[in-house]
Amino acid sequence: MSIFLNSNSKILVQGMTGIEGTKHTSRLLKSGAKVVAGVTPNKGGQSVDFDGTSVPVFNSVAEAMAATGANVSVIFVPPKFAKAAVMEAISAKIELCVVITEGIPVHDSVIFVNQALNSGITRLIGPNCPGVISPGESNAGIIPADITKKGRIGLVSKSGTLTYQMMYELRDIGFSTAVGIGGDPIIGTTHIDCLKAFEEDPETDAIVMIGEIGGDAEERAAVFIKDNVTKPVVGYVAGFTAPEGKTMGHAGAIVSGSAGTAQAKQDALEAVGVKVGKTPSQTAELMRQIMKNLK
Amino acid sequence: MDLYEFQAKQLFAKHGVKTQVGEVVTTPATAQAAAEKFGGLVVVKAQVKVGGRGKAGGVKLAKTPQEAAERASDILKLNIKGHQVRQVLVTPAEDIAKEFYVSFLLDRSNRTFLAMASVEGGVEIEEVAATNPDALAKIPISASTGVTKEVAFKIAQAAKFPSEIQNQVVEMLQAMWKVFVAEDATLVEVNPLVLTPSGQVVALDGKVSLDDNAAFRQADHAALVDKSIEDPLEAAAKEKDLNYVKLTGEVGIIGNGAGLVMSTLDVVAYAGEEFGGMKPANFLDIGGGASAEVMANGLNIILSDPAVRSVFVNVFGGITACDAVANGIVQAVDLLTKQGKSISVPLVVRLDGNNAEAGRKILSDAAISGIHMAKTMDEGARLVAQLAAGK
Repeated sequence: MSIFLNSNSKILVQGMTGIEGTKHTSRLLKSGAKVVAGVTPNKGGQSVDFDGTSVPVFNSVAEAMAATGANVSVIFVPPKFAKAAVMEAISAKIELCVVITEGIPVHDSVIFVNQALNSGITRLIGPNCPGVISPGESNAGIIPADITKKGRIGLVSKSGTLTYQMMYELRDIGFSTAVGIGGDPIIGTTHIDCLKAFEEDPETDAIVMIGEIGGDAEERAAVFIKDNVTKPVVGYVAGFTAPEGKTMGHAGAIVSGSAGTAQAKQDALEAVGVKVGKTPSQTAELMRQIMKNLK
Repeated sequence: MDLYEFQAKQLFAKHGVKTQVGEVVTTPATAQAAAEKFGGLVVVKAQVKVGGRGKAGGVKLAKTPQEAAERASDILKLNIKGHQVRQVLVTPAEDIAKEFYVSFLLDRSNRTFLAMASVEGGVEIEEVAATNPDALAKIPISASTGVTKEVAFKIAQAAKFPSEIQNQVVEMLQAMWKVFVAEDATLVEVNPLVLTPSGQVVALDGKVSLDDNAAFRQADHAALVDKSIEDPLEAAAKEKDLNYVKLTGEVGIIGNGAGLVMSTLDVVAYAGEEFGGMKPANFLDIGGGASAEVMANGLNIILSDPAVRSVFVNVFGGITACDAVANGIVQAVDLLTKQGKSISVPLVVRLDGNNAEAGRKILSDAAISGIHMAKTMDEGARLVAQLAAGK
């Protein structure tokens, strides 16, 4: 088991014929993920060869799903066309839609995120995220598959590179699933969604939660943990030194007035008993101890 | 991007929000000329992107053009919460019978848009929210349906606007929503929205924030950027498409990925406590690729910051392997040397992840003077803080 993704996941890539799409489809296939189709309007009928694996291209998500049984979409479409691509995947009733694209206008994200929430079918991850990986099972996104192996830690993070860093620090223990939920102000899958799924996943023993400045997702997650999570959770929050009113790389990473500070997030997590590391390695060490004690 | 009041009002006028656009000026003489043109009582208002300018003396009435010049002269000398006033807005003064509050904004927590409205306007809305929350109506707005006439009426009624002006408020709300959507805004706020003694509802002030991600479909927005207040290093970085934020410390930072860089700043500041309070000098995310050219551009910006006493290059090899990153650093140093720019401060490099060993070997073989290797982020942070402190 794992969350959101498993060895039966069949992946289609929207924007597979673009530069990013091609590069990452090749990496996904090398990592063993089942990429069964690409979708690019007006390029249907072609196929793309990735080191001997031929992946057919379809004009639409619905066609690709019907022909290949794909149930996961990974989207590399540029910001200008991303909303249409996501809306298409949702109306084709895809189960999981992972939006890697960075720089999508928030007016577009609000529309497609709500469309997915209201669909009752599609789980949307992202936008502006590295995707989700269940090591040894499947990989939908750009998280490097060779950092670590299958294990029993669950990871949820707003940041891509901090996800990689944490997986690397705990590579000898391994992960059930790592979810990069994205650094935009409006995202489809939240910390809470992942905490809930990890709590229910019999193959996850403990959870690392990585947050950063901006919004109140971590504070809300803390409340959720208090009431709903029995598994041990270790936290890390980035952005203590970020000045007020400046966007720090991620569109959503901004302290507005006194709201969204790293300190408030750390305090909220610690108040419900979550141990919060001061650095990524200290956080990894906290998790290492927990996993040792669980044995 | 936050806009100035006068820019917000220009967008208001474009989309039919009833307001006094006025004239924005930078000298007392031009303020006087504007007041002469309008005739009668005028308001002179500091244009700064920060709240509380009224309390700071940044908003004054003037009865005559001469007085407008004097008030402008005073206000142009003000520095409001670190923001030097460089321009003032002169508008005809409105008589005010009542002050209200209305806004549309992005509600991150509920992943939707939100309308807020109150008949208790003219004061800080956070204060109303804290002391008298019932007086602030909050209505979620569906992005797909938007603010129809029905929705606008719902907002006006929830906020208890007097019935005789509800039609005007509804018109105002729908026009403001037009600004919000058509301009890809994340905030459109009017505080105060006023009722004049003659029964007109007018936006007396305006606050608008625009979504930078929408720049590709908002060609006009580039002209709204005030280059005069940009930090010169931030402006130079922007030209090279680098994600850079100037900070106040001594340790230059380069990393890949926004989260990792934010974390690096924290870890450096944390380690710096031990060395007399060394702090990060900047945020710089060079992204996943970390090519030689990007690395060179990044190093160049950081080294041109006179405050920088040491630099921490903190890269995790995920998508890009560390040997490629190491080659990038070597080539970057090469490029800079060829451009006649020497690396004048010590550089601490931490490479971890994919092909880290190979990457470290490339750097040690290159034997560039002033480059120190660190095995972990914490070790690198400590070393770079120590070097910045000259110890």
